[in-house]
Amino acid sequence: MTSSDAYISIRNVDKYFGTFQAIDDISMDIAEGEFFSLLGASGCGKTTLLRMLAGFESCSSGEIYIDGQPTSDIPPHRREVNMVFQSYAIFPHLNVADNIAYGLRKQKLPRAKRQEMIDEMLDLIALPGYGKRRANELSGGQRQRIALARALILRPKVLLLDEPLGALDKQLREQMQLELRALQRQVGITFVFVTHDQEEAMTLSDRIAVMAGGRVLQLDTPLGLYENPKSRDIANFIGNMNFFRGVVRRDGSREGAIDVEGLGVIPVPLEQLTRPDGAPVQVALRPEKFTITPDEPETAPRVAGKVRDSAYLGERSHFYIEIPDKEEPVAVSSPNLTRNDRKLAEARTGKPIWLSFSPESIVILDAE
Amino acid sequence: MSDTSYIKRPNRPLQVYAVIFLVVLYTPVLFIPLFSFNDSIYVTFPLTGFTTKWYAELWTRAPVWNALMNSVKVGLSVAVLSTLLGVVAAKAITRHRLPGKSAVVTFIMMPLVIPGIIFGVALLVLMSRMGVSLSLYTVSIGHLIVCLPFAVATLLPRFEGFDPSMEEASADLGENGWWTFWRVTMPMVFPGVVASLMLTFTISFDEFIMAFFLTGTDPTLPMYIWGQLRFPQEFPSILALASLILFVSFFMVFLAQWLGRRGLDEDI
Repeated sequence: MTSSDAYISIRNVDKYFGTFQAIDDISMDIAEGEFFSLLGASGCGKTTLLRMLAGFESCSSGEIYIDGQPTSDIPPHRREVNMVFQSYAIFPHLNVADNIAYGLRKQKLPRAKRQEMIDEMLDLIALPGYGKRRANELSGGQRQRIALARALILRPKVLLLDEPLGALDKQLREQMQLELRALQRQVGITFVFVTHDQEEAMTLSDRIAVMAGGRVLQLDTPLGLYENPKSRDIANFIGNMNFFRGVVRRDGSREGAIDVEGLGVIPVPLEQLTRPDGAPVQVALRPEKFTITPDEPETAPRVAGKVRDSAYLGERSHFYIEIPDKEEPVAVSSPNLTRNDRKLAEARTGKPIWLSFSPESIVILDAE
Repeated sequence: MSDTSYIKRPNRPLQVYAVIFLVVLYTPVLFIPLFSFNDSIYVTFPLTGFTTKWYAELWTRAPVWNALMNSVKVGLSVAVLSTLLGVVAAKAITRHRLPGKSAVVTFIMMPLVIPGIIFGVALLVLMSRMGVSLSLYTVSIGHLIVCLPFAVATLLPRFEGFDPSMEEASADLGENGWWTFWRVTMPMVFPGVVASLMLTFTISFDEFIMAFFLTGTDPTLPMYIWGQLRFPQEFPSILALASLILFVSFFMVFLAQWLGRRGLDEDI
């Protein structure tokens, strides 16, 4: 993406709290109508960045542009950006309708028009007829929807969401994820979403910025983050990953290869192999990229191993498999396509087994 | 095992202690209303008969009304001013990054432990140095110092007790600081404000030491009572007056406590 079609453009932004650097030279662009997530563990700077977009924190240096406008001099109450707070911050002294209409005061709407807008919002969040309820009569999920409606009624350029699903139980959270995604498509507003839950970020987002220590480690689509992580940290943070030490082999022919510990020599197309001959690398492989067979398969690459441990999880089984020349066992996740697969999981502990995988599914990373 | 928890189990010695504590604390005070209904100008047992004539006499005495009005004037202005300052102080303490915050709070609370006589003498010296003649205004200044810690102590938990993101949400929804204060902050802390008004009024109304040093020609009610103690024949009326003050003060403090605590748990 070029910065010309960027709706939000963050340019070389730093943020210091005293001597502590919360944001370390972040630059990125967010497109109009995009569902964009900031993902990271607590303390990574994601909430600080969100609060800078809302105007609650200023940039120590750098600039944030929203819709082409530099925002440094615009206080929060004059930004066309609204936020859904982690605690929802529903005003307890107002009823649902007055909460939703809180931001409409300055528009001085006629009573009927105001009511119409409130009703429209209550319909949008699937709580029709809740206008007269008091805030303390609402459940967590309902509060979350009111907070959404209160922000969306102002038609903001950007909606900021600070871990809005964190306080909900698992089932409600999954339901709200689907609703939130549908809602965003319906209203077409740019969403910037902060979460520490990688699954949630994957489910909801068009693109995700993975953050740590005030920096963006990788900015990519969910698919890109999962299939082509740029570092071991990213690979570990998004899902599970097996790591193998390897050495690059290029003999001048058209085909390159990596000599991987425990797995043998794996052919790799030269265009993927930017490193010189003999360079140490890490090879990463997701647990579900392996195929387990009791007999030796005909496909290469393949390796014989012994099941050290297995767990039956219903729709899939997890195996930890010892292979020669590698210390840690290889984690393998295998779908249970038939009932017999379960028996396989149960029966195989301590028994020899064959692992195979497609050479294209490996990820090549810098050596540690 | 009993079905009540360890903490909630009834504790006999503790109950006895609590009863003794309250009896020792309030028995002397109860003699005042008791003798105010006694048909004798001498405060001695045995009681000689029931009468309400001391209350009736009080009703007709102009200086009492005068002193009462003085105390109410001082009390109202002190209550409003100290609560106003208390709101500002509590907001600053809880909402802003304040260097030396705990020191500031300590200094605000200091008048609670500094003897009133020291503040009284200090203010008296200051006023006479500055050539300010003593009046109800000087009394009010003295009372303000006494009441401010109570106002802050009443309001601080209210401000601490609600999520700062409420105010951020208001700003985010387009309201500036002024409107945020009136549309969010004030409604949330309102019970605390009422409690502070009532508590500070009561304290100012009952205050004697500051008034003793700083009163000019217009006495407050406690000053009037002090002045009347020299005349034995006036004493039963003073008891009647004291009983009334006692009753109103109790009522106000209870109400303030109740209001101050109401909703503090459920709002968050």
